[in-house]
Amino acid sequence: MSPANIISEAARKELDIIGITDHNTTRQCNLISRLAEEKGIFVMQGAEVTTKEEVHCLTFFENNDTLRTFQEFLDENLPDFPNNPLIFGHQVQVDEDEIIIYEEKKLLVNAISKTIKEVEVFVHSLNGLFIPAHIDRRKNSIYSQLGFLPENMKADALEVSRATTPEQFSASHPEIIKYPLLRSSDAHYPEHIGTAFTVWHINEPTFTEIRLALRGINGRKVVTG
Amino acid sequence: MKITDIISALDLKVISGKSGLSNEATGGYVSDLLSDVIGNSKEGQIWITLQTHQNIIAVASLKDISAIIIVKGFIPEADTIEKSNTENIPVLGTDLDTFNITGRLFELLKKE
Repeated sequence: MSPANIISEAARKELDIIGITDHNTTRQCNLISRLAEEKGIFVMQGAEVTTKEEVHCLTFFENNDTLRTFQEFLDENLPDFPNNPLIFGHQVQVDEDEIIIYEEKKLLVNAISKTIKEVEVFVHSLNGLFIPAHIDRRKNSIYSQLGFLPENMKADALEVSRATTPEQFSASHPEIIKYPLLRSSDAHYPEHIGTAFTVWHINEPTFTEIRLALRGINGRKVVTG
Repeated sequence: MKITDIISALDLKVISGKSGLSNEATGGYVSDLLSDVIGNSKEGQIWITLQTHQNIIAVASLKDISAIIIVKGFIPEADTIEKSNTENIPVLGTDLDTFNITGRLFELLKKE
């Protein structure tokens, strides 16, 4: 999953927009975003946060300032527990020549010390998007960890994995339909990129337009692929 | 066994839900996955967990859990405390970890 591999696979699959959300880090977003731009692909930059309850939540930020502030939040709240590269691999950040420029020493798969509510509030204070991830999964999902959707949760959308569809999952969980529903690949390997996707009715691929679509404003909308 | 008797035997702190202290505990259940508690806990059990999110109260109420013990000195969120008071489900605290408090509760309930 090097930046170049991600982009060439996304281009081959003719994706117009991709989300880059590493576990508890945003450090590789900027480079991927730049490489993607050259191929006409728009990148939603963010992270897949593991909250204190071990719920995985997608977060996205509109600009590099807020992305950086969120990275500081992650650095502050990720426990100081070292990664074991023999088990989890090396957690590296590379440059465009795939030269390693940074290695994260703390274990990224760990849960941060902030609750799902605290993460939501912080993300929204940065005008970002907060989306509980793969809610259909029996591991690290809002349903597995917290049993059901918390009352009055301020999510911009909910994501289902490629193992189901929004139609299927909402049939057994009708309470989710008050949120926009996304379906994405959660690709951890290049071959999984694009195996599930969401169609957006927007004027142009920008963060602002995506936000409008999530809110269903001015004819923008989300259509699941 | 009455929750109040368990509190004094195990030196638990009453965090909230005082109106439910006369509940009777019929056994215990230990899990940090709320989906698992919904699926497998039984009416009257005391539930031991490290989760502090407000959903624990709704799960306890749904399953008629007699009380919740929060381990390792964790403090529940404000909305959890509030819901525990309205749902009359005692939230109790211990500085012990799950292994140790579970062992003690098990020994205590075994005597009954």
